[in-house]
Amino acid sequence: MTNSIEVKDLTLNFGATSVLKNMNLTVAEGEFIVLLGPSGCGKSTLLNCLAGLLDITDGQIWIKGKNVTWAEPSDRGIGMVFQSYALYPQMTVRGNLSFGLKNARVPAEEIAKRVARAAEILQIQPLLDRKPGALSGGQRQRVAIGRALVRDVDVFLFDEPLSNLDAKLRSELRVEIKRLHSRLNNTMVYVTHDQIEALTLADRIAVMRGGIIQQLDEPHTIYNRPANLFVAGFIGSPAMNFIKGETVNGGRAFKFGSVTLDLAGYEGGAIMDRPKAMLGLRPEHLTILDDAIDGATFPATVEIDEPMGADSLVWLEAEGKQISVRVPFEHRPKAGARVHLKVDIAKASLFDETNEQRI
Amino acid sequence: MADLTSAAPARHGVLEGARGTRPRRALSGRNIMIYGILIVMCVYYILPLWVMVMTSLKGMPEIRLGNIFAPPVEITFQPWVKAWSEACTGLNCEGLSVGFWNSVRILIPSVILSIAVASVNGYALVNWRFKGSDMFFTILIFGSFIPYQVMLYPIVILLREMGLYGGLWGLVLVHTIFGMPILTLLFRNYFSSIPEELFKAARVDGAGFWGIYFRIMMPMSLPIFVVAIILQVTGIWNDFLFGVVYTKPSLYPMTVQLNNIVNSVQGVKEYNVNMAATMLTGLVPLFIYFVSGKLFVRGIAAGAVKG
Repeated sequence: MTNSIEVKDLTLNFGATSVLKNMNLTVAEGEFIVLLGPSGCGKSTLLNCLAGLLDITDGQIWIKGKNVTWAEPSDRGIGMVFQSYALYPQMTVRGNLSFGLKNARVPAEEIAKRVARAAEILQIQPLLDRKPGALSGGQRQRVAIGRALVRDVDVFLFDEPLSNLDAKLRSELRVEIKRLHSRLNNTMVYVTHDQIEALTLADRIAVMRGGIIQQLDEPHTIYNRPANLFVAGFIGSPAMNFIKGETVNGGRAFKFGSVTLDLAGYEGGAIMDRPKAMLGLRPEHLTILDDAIDGATFPATVEIDEPMGADSLVWLEAEGKQISVRVPFEHRPKAGARVHLKVDIAKASLFDETNEQRI
Repeated sequence: MADLTSAAPARHGVLEGARGTRPRRALSGRNIMIYGILIVMCVYYILPLWVMVMTSLKGMPEIRLGNIFAPPVEITFQPWVKAWSEACTGLNCEGLSVGFWNSVRILIPSVILSIAVASVNGYALVNWRFKGSDMFFTILIFGSFIPYQVMLYPIVILLREMGLYGGLWGLVLVHTIFGMPILTLLFRNYFSSIPEELFKAARVDGAGFWGIYFRIMMPMSLPIFVVAIILQVTGIWNDFLFGVVYTKPSLYPMTVQLNNIVNSVQGVKEYNVNMAATMLTGLVPLFIYFVSGKLFVRGIAAGAVKG
């Protein structure tokens, strides 16, 4: 498989502040990459650099084996979809779709053909002669995608395309984008702060913070094997539980307060004693039991629960810490009950608190 | 379900006390205040206009009777005709018509040129930032605070050296330059209210500096162009100082000619002709305001959103 996008040692400074720091990223052809992170992490900035809308300070950008570092946005073989749709309000949908092609002096026949194809794929044929003002949010975003589509490019760049839509439309269009990707098999780079979008769409997710990619991996790995504390805390809703403690017994047990948990079955990590460690447990990796199992459970008291439809998120108190556990709605315990929480240690994440990295 | 629908109207009739829209008295103290002030203000502005129109429609004997508010007994349009085509300015007795056409010839290129330059300025300052563009803008705005009188003579020298002094194009240039600060500010503010993503999308679509300007920005900015046109038409039409300083008598704009007619010291003061001449001079700005009032307000409001 050839590489579609290569970012080499990319650095971007705005004056004295450094936004992207020596970034390297390789995207395979036909891959769907999601850049995920909180606001201000540099994900949109990176996308703008790929598009050529921002001048970079240092490094190189290659698209389709061509060094496009100095190329104009229109010469890079990219199409871009923006959060605010950015449709030209004075032009009809057809005008919006053909604007780029007219600028590239594509023959009228070819333009008509490509517009018709894009309209067919996105099912916007009845809208072609309307102005953007007469369209709904979902229709506008479809047209915006169409504008990238007609350009017949290898790389699609999405800048939070669904953030302006309501929840229902968002999930509909999410599926449509995924369908579009499987049909066209283009390379897609998709920026979002919505982890559900990231987890559902991506072949690989790049979790970013402070202009640095924290982890770049498949959604499953990002979710189950977060590389550091930031990724662990950022991914997952409801959020992961963190328990401060230490590894003892030559690194074979985790101790916090009066509780000692056996680490047998935990994958990876150098086995040694660490005085400052952090155990990360997702709410669905804990089970509520009535009886204790030595080395695998710890006692807790039920405080409240939050029903979420099929499941219920139960909040418990253990060793002065708030712990959340996900249980089926009909199995939620009564408030005030004294129970034991069983830890699925194979699915847990253990971090060294000093460098915040996964052990 | 049947119970609920039958119960609803019954309860409706039972509601007692205040209900629905609060009643308003037509003749409240507040309304009397508001309408009273409005009427006084209207009279204040309409009265001078009334006097002018009435006087311009009277003959001189009737004017000498002194009832300036009274409508004419005998309506005559002779003063208007005289003001337009016969009144004397200095040695010429061709009326204001010469000045009118001079003003038109000055106005059209000045308005087009100043708006063209300023709108491109504003567009470049918002979307194509260059090194020192903020500094450039600051200097430009600072220019609008310098009193004209300071620059009057230096510009005479500049125009003389360029060979434009006393001609029409010299005056056009002066109007273009002096219109630039305020117009650039106007356009910059308006363009910065247009989402940046639109500009980015156009760049990805391969449009260049002029392509984006003509195909994207300009069609979206009709209201602000109307505002600029109104500002420039009225400003340039009403200009007296530059007209009298930078042109020669044969090219004097209408305002200067009006002054020459009204302020001539020889002979009888023809109040009716003076009034008619003044009305004629004011017609162009008046017309512009009436035609474009609505667009004007919309443009001003749109430009004010973001600064």
